[in-house]
Amino acid sequence: MTRRVVITGIGVLAPGGIGTTAFWNLLSSGRTATRGITLFDPAPFRSRVAAEVDFHPERHGLTSLEVRRMDRAAQFGVVATREALADSGLDLAAFDPYRIGIAMGTGVGAISGLDTAYRVASDEGRIAQVDHMYAPGHLYDHFVPSSFATEVAWAVGAEGPSTVVSTGCTSGIDSVAHAVDLIREGSADIMITGATDAPISPLTLACFDAIKATTALNEEPETASRPFDATRKGFVLGEGAAAFVLEELGAARRRGAHVYAEIAGYASRSSAFHMTGLRPDGREMAEAITVALDEARLDPGDLDYVNAHGSGTRQNDLHETAAYKLALGPHAHRTPVSSVKSMIGHSLGSVGSMEIAASVLAMEHHVVPPTANLRTPDPECDLDYVPLVARDHRTDAVLTVSSGFGGFQSAMVLARPDRRTA
Amino acid sequence: MKGSILSKQEFTFDDLKRILLEGAGADEGVDLDGDILDSEFETLGYESLALLETGGRIEREFGITLDDDVFTDNPTPRSLVTAINESLSALVDA
Amino acid sequence: MSARILVTGIGVAAPSGLGVEDFWSVTRIGKNAIGPVTRFDASAYPSRLAGEIHGFEPKEHLPGRLVPQTDRVTQLALVAADCAFADAGIEPGTIDPYAMGVVTAAGAGGFEFAENELRKLWSEGAKHVSAYQSFAWFYAVNSGQISIRNGLRGPAGVVISDQAGGLDALAQARRQLRKGSKLIATGGFDAPICSLGWASHLHGGLMSTSDEPERAYLPFDDAAAGYVPGEGGAMLILEDEDSARDRGARTVYGEFAGYGATLDPKPGSGREPGLRRAIDVALTDAACHPAEVDVVFADGAATPRLDREEAEAITAVFGPRAVPVTVPKTMTGRINSGGAPIDVVSAVLSMREGLIPPTTNVELSDAYDLDLVAVRPRTASVRTALVLARGRGGFNSAVVVRAVD
Repeated sequence: MTRRVVITGIGVLAPGGIGTTAFWNLLSSGRTATRGITLFDPAPFRSRVAAEVDFHPERHGLTSLEVRRMDRAAQFGVVATREALADSGLDLAAFDPYRIGIAMGTGVGAISGLDTAYRVASDEGRIAQVDHMYAPGHLYDHFVPSSFATEVAWAVGAEGPSTVVSTGCTSGIDSVAHAVDLIREGSADIMITGATDAPISPLTLACFDAIKATTALNEEPETASRPFDATRKGFVLGEGAAAFVLEELGAARRRGAHVYAEIAGYASRSSAFHMTGLRPDGREMAEAITVALDEARLDPGDLDYVNAHGSGTRQNDLHETAAYKLALGPHAHRTPVSSVKSMIGHSLGSVGSMEIAASVLAMEHHVVPPTANLRTPDPECDLDYVPLVARDHRTDAVLTVSSGFGGFQSAMVLARPDRRTA
Repeated sequence: MKGSILSKQEFTFDDLKRILLEGAGADEGVDLDGDILDSEFETLGYESLALLETGGRIEREFGITLDDDVFTDNPTPRSLVTAINESLSALVDA
Repeated sequence: MSARILVTGIGVAAPSGLGVEDFWSVTRIGKNAIGPVTRFDASAYPSRLAGEIHGFEPKEHLPGRLVPQTDRVTQLALVAADCAFADAGIEPGTIDPYAMGVVTAAGAGGFEFAENELRKLWSEGAKHVSAYQSFAWFYAVNSGQISIRNGLRGPAGVVISDQAGGLDALAQARRQLRKGSKLIATGGFDAPICSLGWASHLHGGLMSTSDEPERAYLPFDDAAAGYVPGEGGAMLILEDEDSARDRGARTVYGEFAGYGATLDPKPGSGREPGLRRAIDVALTDAACHPAEVDVVFADGAATPRLDREEAEAITAVFGPRAVPVTVPKTMTGRINSGGAPIDVVSAVLSMREGLIPPTTNVELSDAYDLDLVAVRPRTASVRTALVLARGRGGFNSAVVVRAVD
């Protein structure tokens, strides 16, 4: 029989406040954490809005050495991991380190660190080839971001199968699914997983400016992320991390752990169409949703909430809405759908894990977070997107989806373990 | 519209072909030297991403800022060349 | 769950050859492919050698529309994937597109592309950054472009575990096949031979500073003093056995039989490095006794500490000088995520020919109790091969491949 895998610990580091509690307070209040960029001078850029984390690593237990060694994204990952581990109540020292594994997601790795390293070592572009003597000593760990998995492993003492999963904007779901697979197949008993990204850097802004994917609503930063709204103008860049402790259901129950949710189903499909474009029919996302529901042995009607990708681009909103109709049939109209990116922006790879956290917290509180800023519904997006205000709603099974460059579409079903028959 | 380079005042069809080739290459089935002035970019194999790259290169080389909808409003090489030259002359007049 | 996972197609882009037959004709005799860096001016850096792929002209292999939007690493990956699909004889329409996917390992992504855009950003300004930067450098680009070019609508995956990632990708491909996919293209590629990539390697602190191509990368040699970076990778087509037989797959190179992975403990913990355990897990997974293993393709880090750890792990599992060990990557340099998939290709070609490619240039140090296949190739019946890969940060992965009758 397949081992059933559950979440027993959550850590979140998100714009608007660090820690799971702050994260849920933000989402359930419908407030937004998007603002004018403060991390550097955004004047040269078309899009100058982002959802930033106010982060002081030393306040979260990182030593000077760790701060110097790690890129901002790696720091986020370690801090979120420590919260998740504390939340799980596990004493990992009691376990065989070889049975503890790591699957950390990231979309763009240490891009901020690389950007800074290039700026310094090229003397702000004055020399054509970088002078390595001026590059940071830990540049290799920015260069190949598998260092993120190593840092998390060192933080918790894991020595089992460990990797970074990096499928762009689906990384945050795919990494958790990877971790689930390792427990199911028996390669690990405990997995530390999740995803982290800190993409708000000049290079990231410049390349999204070039494809006009990010919002130009610079004058209204607090309401700039407008998924499913007719006045949307592209996505708002975000940053942050979420981490989870995963265990086998029986083991979690035996130790009396709080079980947040079972990761009951998952699938990923590719549109094999275009690196940035989507076919409007949403077929591959629909296929991923259907397979994930099958694996969870749930029907579309069993879903209480759909946590949407909802990036706030017209292309996505139509694609995703079509996919829900295709996969869920009439239930697409009956199930609340919302995008937390309206509040925390789009942190590329890590946001999928942050949305898993949001989904699990929705189950925990029986409250569906809203789609903030949805004041002018797009007539082509005609589902129940829970505009503006969170909703009390019995939530025992949630679908969360991510859609990304490369054409990747991932869907994950989270459910209360007793919600489905074994 | 704003710009800085006033020496280049005309945007020719040859400029467009060159920039398309540099920035987006050419589809094997399409001859850019053929009679394509009134073909739509899409039928020439250039989707929105390729056009964004092309637009960015035109902006940089000619020192102009194109509207977001420039390729939607001008879906063929002929109309795009005309539109860009209008922008350029507005720049010189200003 | 019990169905075997078969290797039914291979494609290689390596310094020692573009295409499987070119690659093998060089590899089987141990011909060195390391030379002076030509992709950028390395004269001012303390290390100046690399394993480069010469004479690769992307426009000869790929559509004109694809070339401007891809980094070199993606061009190499796409070409190797084309070769692997052609080799496997996959006819369009024979397999459900949703049952075909791709899993690649990445190291640095499209790093040369990113450096070029960083240069434009900082020297000319934000508006000079290419639209393609939004995806051309990121770690998922190879899986995305391969899925688009080959119509793979099933699962896509990307793993990063430094040099070990190339084996982790294969293992993830196997998971997808066990979950119901019928075919997964899998492998790994890296090609960051550019100034920022070079600075990164230099700061890693394990790079060779020799200027002699034949003396620069010498794993298990007393003169071991670091590695030489290379570029390229390999793509394998993995299929579920039943599905491969149903479609009449024409070549079966071997079986992907076992896999194990660990991460070394944090430095200073005093615990044993994880490599031996990874090998044990892989052998157990393959239901394979150590005595059945005919050759070990070692990681070959070429720094004394890492060489010693690896030699000790091999000796602990197999006994002193009990199994032939080889490091063909001495010909190409270390290619991060591309290195181990190339070794897996070498392993299945060793089975095909009955010949173990050599560890070129190396004279085995007395410090290691290994049966190293040094300098010259060795004829041997190869039925089972173990491929090892270790990545910076402590990643250890081991894969067992086995001949199929």
